Amino acid sequence: MTPTSSSLRRGGRQALTPWMFLLVPLALLVVFSYVPIINMVVYSFTDWDGVSPDYTFTGMENYVEIFTRPELFKVFVASAYYLGAAVVQIVLALYFATVLSFNTRFRNLFKGILFFPYLINGVAIGFVFLYFFQEGGTFDTVLGLFGLGGGQLWLGDPDLVNVSLSGVSVWRFLGLNFVLFLGAIQSISPELYEAAELDGAGRWQQFRFIIAPSLRPLIGLTAILAISGCLSVFEIPYIMTGGAGASETFVIQTIKLAFRFDKTGLASAAAVVLLVIILLVAWLQRRAFPEERVAS
Amino acid sequence: MTAVRARVASTLKYLSLIVASVVVLLPLGVVLLTSLKTSDELATGSGPLSPPGDWLNFANYVTAFEKGRMAEAAFNTFVILIVSIVGTVFVGSAAAYAIDRFTFRFKGLVVGLFLLATLVPSITTQVTTFQVIDQLGLFNTRLAPIVLYLGTDIVAIYIFLQFMRSIPVSVDEAAKLDGASAFAIYWKIILPLLKPAIATVVIVKGIAVYNDFYIPFLYMPDQGLGTISTSLFRFKGPFGAHWENISAGTILVIIPTLAVFLMLQRFIYNGLTQGSTK
Repeated sequence: MTPTSSSLRRGGRQALTPWMFLLVPLALLVVFSYVPIINMVVYSFTDWDGVSPDYTFTGMENYVEIFTRPELFKVFVASAYYLGAAVVQIVLALYFATVLSFNTRFRNLFKGILFFPYLINGVAIGFVFLYFFQEGGTFDTVLGLFGLGGGQLWLGDPDLVNVSLSGVSVWRFLGLNFVLFLGAIQSISPELYEAAELDGAGRWQQFRFIIAPSLRPLIGLTAILAISGCLSVFEIPYIMTGGAGASETFVIQTIKLAFRFDKTGLASAAAVVLLVIILLVAWLQRRAFPEERVAS
Repeated sequence: MTAVRARVASTLKYLSLIVASVVVLLPLGVVLLTSLKTSDELATGSGPLSPPGDWLNFANYVTAFEKGRMAEAAFNTFVILIVSIVGTVFVGSAAAYAIDRFTFRFKGLVVGLFLLATLVPSITTQVTTFQVIDQLGLFNTRLAPIVLYLGTDIVAIYIFLQFMRSIPVSVDEAAKLDGASAFAIYWKIILPLLKPAIATVVIVKGIAVYNDFYIPFLYMPDQGLGTISTSLFRFKGPFGAHWENISAGTILVIIPTLAVFLMLQRFIYNGLTQGSTK
């Protein structure tokens, strides 16, 4: 924007005005975003325990520990389950968004039902599914109705727990993806479908050649959010299993290191590693979808 | 032939929608049933899908409300919610106003700082954010979540920026010619015109704050400072095996969400679509 003549006349005062509006936002940004990030990088090179007044610099020791102690790295196995669940979630969301964008009876009811879980409090969801997966609980009873199931410990078996927990994550977040996809599909001009129908295109062809291409940027954005999301899973496993055993995620481990074992230095290094991975993913996404801006 | 295929496709479509609805509603419905049962009913084990003996047995709700300290939790959540939402609206719109309507030195740097911060998931920096909150003396106060919700909400600034671009600059300039100060323009012209964006921010922020568990859990461990999330979480401790009580507490937390959803459906859909893709 070019300065108006009046702003040129009152140059000095005018130059200060924007800073008056930015004072509070910038102060909050620096204190609660940048100070923690900078501290985190600094602590990651120290042996600080989070309480002592002083600490010593230990160079790359924390990073070496993270990459050489296999038990610190196994939390990424849990992330893989959530990533797989995210793929299922995006596919299901696409399916339901497409189906409900065409004429359907009780459209708003179905839309509301599919979306509602996204709004529910995370602790409430954790309890709902803790009860759902109990031995002899809802899930076992329903499986029994179909003559299936046989005493699996859905949350106790280390081979099953991440499947159960990432299933809860699909239940919870499907609605958001679905509503975003539905919104994008509905913003496509209806004339396009009419023209396609006149040309004899079926539903699948309409999806393949009209819906899918126009959703491409949104799917790209969703995918990157899914990747950073699966690396920062915390709530559901922490509430449901306490993050014990195989269900421990990267963030739960970092929080435990910092607040239970007083290893602030090591936890900071772990957080830096996570941050670098997420920034890398964001950067790759920008290269893959250069026309899209990541703003959220 | 095509008619048959269309009927099969349509049947499959409705079948998939019904199955999905059952998958969503069944876990919630069972918790509702359980919340109305007595502990004897649960112990005799007629199965989770059986109906309660008395559909109007609200005793568990009384227990959950009182022992779960839900009144206190609702008050704390309400205070935090209101202050953070009002604060976010002012902080976000002020920043967006400065960035969109003024040219100043280091503007590129300022925008860059906000942009870079959106890429950093706040959960990764909690270890050191904790030290900052502690040193400011905010640990175990309601101000801790409030300042964190205010300080880390950069998405709100983007929603306001996006919307402000559609307000013509000529509106400001006309007011300026009439002698209005920058503050008066922001307060009397820009802010009222931002109403739709404010509605979006209020909805997105409101959902996030009401449901947040992590920040109050970490920064307000004090018994008297429970929010809806943390009070429900702590309620399970002493009532670990009493699922009729825990279920009642869970339903109590979900009811306000359901009520707001039914009232504001359209706004919520629009708000989320704008809040997360723009």
